[in-house]
Amino acid sequence: MAAVAGWLRRAWGHDLAWSFRRSPVTIVAALLTLVCVGGALFAPWVAPHNPFDSATLNLSDGFTPPAWTEKGSAKYLLGTDDQGRDVLSTIIYGARISLGVGLAAVLFSAALGILLGLAAGYLGGRLDAFIMRVADIQLSFPAILIALLIDGVARIALPRELHDALAIYVLVVAIGLSKWVDYARTVRGSTLVERNKEYVQAARVIGRHPVAIMVRHVLPNTMGPVLVLATINVATAIITEATLSFLGVGVPPTQPSLGTLIRIGNDFLISGEWWITLFPGLALVVLVLSVNLLGDWLRDALNPKLR
Amino acid sequence: MNAPLLEVKDLRVEFPTRRGTLVAVDGVSFAIAPGEVLGVVGESGAGKSLTGMAIIGLLEPPGRIAAGEIRLEGERIDNLPPERLRKIRGRRIGAIFQDPLTSLNPLYTVGDQLIETILTHLDVNKTQARTRALKLLAEVGIPAPEARIDHYPHQFSGGMRQRVVIALALCAEPRLIVADEPTTALDVSIQAQIITLLKRLARDHGTAVMLITHDMGVIAETADRVAVMYAGRLAELGPVRDVIHAPRHPYTAGLMGSIPKLAEATASPGAAGARRHGRLVQIDGAMPRLNAIPPGCAFNPRCPQRFARCAAERPELLPVGSALASCWLYANGPR
Amino acid sequence: MSADKRPLVQLQDVGRDFDVSRPWLNRVLEGAPRQLLRAVDGVSFEVEKGETLALVGESGCGKSTVARLIVGLYPLTRGRIAFDGLDLAAPGTDAPALRRRMQMIFQDPYASLNPRWRVRDIVAEPIRVLGLVASREAERQRVAELLRQVGLAPEEGEKVPHEFSGGQRQRISIARALSGNPEFLVCDEPTSALDVSVQAQILNLMTDLQERLGLTYLFISHNLAVVSHIADRVGVMYLGRVVELAQADKLFAAPRHPYTRMLMDAIPDLQMTGKARTPVAGEVPNPLAPPAGCAFHPRCPHANDRCRAERPILLGPASGAVACHAVEEARI
Repeated sequence: MAAVAGWLRRAWGHDLAWSFRRSPVTIVAALLTLVCVGGALFAPWVAPHNPFDSATLNLSDGFTPPAWTEKGSAKYLLGTDDQGRDVLSTIIYGARISLGVGLAAVLFSAALGILLGLAAGYLGGRLDAFIMRVADIQLSFPAILIALLIDGVARIALPRELHDALAIYVLVVAIGLSKWVDYARTVRGSTLVERNKEYVQAARVIGRHPVAIMVRHVLPNTMGPVLVLATINVATAIITEATLSFLGVGVPPTQPSLGTLIRIGNDFLISGEWWITLFPGLALVVLVLSVNLLGDWLRDALNPKLR
Repeated sequence: MNAPLLEVKDLRVEFPTRRGTLVAVDGVSFAIAPGEVLGVVGESGAGKSLTGMAIIGLLEPPGRIAAGEIRLEGERIDNLPPERLRKIRGRRIGAIFQDPLTSLNPLYTVGDQLIETILTHLDVNKTQARTRALKLLAEVGIPAPEARIDHYPHQFSGGMRQRVVIALALCAEPRLIVADEPTTALDVSIQAQIITLLKRLARDHGTAVMLITHDMGVIAETADRVAVMYAGRLAELGPVRDVIHAPRHPYTAGLMGSIPKLAEATASPGAAGARRHGRLVQIDGAMPRLNAIPPGCAFNPRCPQRFARCAAERPELLPVGSALASCWLYANGPR
Repeated sequence: MSADKRPLVQLQDVGRDFDVSRPWLNRVLEGAPRQLLRAVDGVSFEVEKGETLALVGESGCGKSTVARLIVGLYPLTRGRIAFDGLDLAAPGTDAPALRRRMQMIFQDPYASLNPRWRVRDIVAEPIRVLGLVASREAERQRVAELLRQVGLAPEEGEKVPHEFSGGQRQRISIARALSGNPEFLVCDEPTSALDVSVQAQILNLMTDLQERLGLTYLFISHNLAVVSHIADRVGVMYLGRVVELAQADKLFAAPRHPYTRMLMDAIPDLQMTGKARTPVAGEVPNPLAPPAGCAFHPRCPHANDRCRAERPILLGPASGAVACHAVEEARI
């Protein structure tokens, strides 16, 4: 009853920490994510080689298999690719780009979606109808198709050198634009609920400006589900980026992401050099899985009904 | 009094949490005779709903009965396996909850729901079940039952829906009805109709009713005896008239005084402009949270009549005249 | 009423419709017409300075809508509302400046405070928005004073709402409403979500504050006993209209409208323990299709042909007016 409920509500602040400690899977996922993020952040210091420094590359080291195999070399733990680049190092640098693109795309789509969702939900009327119909239309296309479309348009519109230089930003925008609908819908839904709560009415009676009410009152109370969505979407964005790069429309090969690495390695799979594509693939799976598990835990931990 | 139909002895309901165990119902004992309406009042968090849920066997985990006994017609029901309890719940105990809308399945007509319940619990065929459903609907005061039986819950108004819920609870002629705030969601005029209905059913069928509510007015209208709960414990238990007109426990006295009464306003037509409104009796402070129940009498920090013993020792229910009160004021009183 | 008392709030023939039609596409496809719900229709009353006017009625009678129309949460469909003699909708009126002099207290103490704000910020919001104090320090002192005024310790301003019980939250709501120095408080069922002992605390607090600060209250409630305790005058609403408006003592001693009588009869009376009584028949009709004539006639024991055909209007002085043909014709 109310006393119990009140007590539970008071404990809410600590519940996240508590449910985290109780879930070993989450702890492992968090550690793996931390390793990936740490590796990506400190790539130049962590990676055993700099795979993009052509001075240190030795073509004769090409196609070295992993260190534990017969022909392997202790110098290259996970072997090398066709150009003699250390696979482990390319994975670390690749994860850096994958994570960076993923995070940036999520930030971009979340910002856009929150803004549009908040405006649609709070102001309502024709603006709401317009934004949500656009969202409906966009939802009827697969996200990857929209990203492909935006990337294609950018390719045609921009000169080739400029496009290569801007490739990563185009990718961020392409993935971001394909995902804003999720945020807009979530935020609009919560906004519709919060808008009719009495604390918002109280702010209106005080005479606060609608924008102030939206930003100061409504927005903070819609952020719980957005946080969950953003976490899970980091994983989705990484996958989308990898898919686009695998298809060859993502980041340029000079700055390979995990997806690019998988595509490059794919060419050598039949000829027996399995490690070039397997290890980037495993890295991608581990990264995405960890982030997804974190997102799942966050969703359950923030959902009072599942506790 | 006849042999009690329901007997609750030293009931204790606990909620284990990671910050220790909360005792939501603590040492509650009472009995209800056939045909009797026992009102259970208390403020939110007093443990009255949990007591009801414990009796029906529908405590939400992690809540659990930690001690005590519940006997229905002499048979212990608090330690039965879930399957047995489920049968008893439909057959011998009927439940009515606050929100009539959530108690009914929106996808089935009220007739379907009534007939299904009747078929589950009684040995009758479909035609007989339908006849009985019609009779029940008529009995709870639904006009034109033949037409209404095939309607869906959303086609009924709030008051009519609550009547359907009552009919549903009556399907198997239960011996005991646990009604948890059955009138709270309803408007006053409808509330009176439902109260009258409950009272009539208890009288006509000899059904025992446990009426849980926060509304003293509803209790006054309906109940024969009343149990007042505070912080999970019984503060006072006695005939309605005595508890309302001469409350023994200081908490009951404060509670009664804090209810605004229509009669006072009508009895003293004051001159306009003068100080019109007297103050209501006010119990300062609030009921303690379950994790901070004071030692001794749970009410002692707010009690105007407390003395040393109140904070040191927990009072038991002591007989005071026609009632029982758990208050040390009566430790040496009339035995 | 003496001549020097100008009404603080005046409602004239106020009405509010809500569009409850199906969405546009459904209307086109199904040929369904637009549907308007007349939540409030032809409501007129005045609130004198320093008094408490209560509006009572069952759910859906429009009493909360009236409250929201006055503070400007909904726009008017018909009629006019004047504050301190000035029409709030007239072109020359500085409506925001007038609206600053009124505040509202809401029903649900769990929804009326932003869960993410500290109490001191919640209470200070009107002060900041209206620019009432010059410095942070002055604001802090004012918030402390307000919290003390409603019976909370100033240190409790550091906490967030979920650390408080329902009654304490309602005190915070009152402190917020008072922080803009209003003259007029609209209270929408301020105690109906509270336990009786807490309700007594809040009602006592409201009575004290009215005396101390000279406030005027519009008190919305479904609980006649609460209303009889706090109100000077009472308006009884049924299906969007005021059916009886009278001095509280008169209304409760001798209710005149059959609906008012019915409501009074329906209150479980603590004094009549165990006594049987005649329950009220029928329920409130669907507001989308209100009965013709007097909306109460299907439930009224005194209804005749005139009641079924002609809608009664509120007749009589401000101290006791009734909208009922039977009363007008002296049939009851």
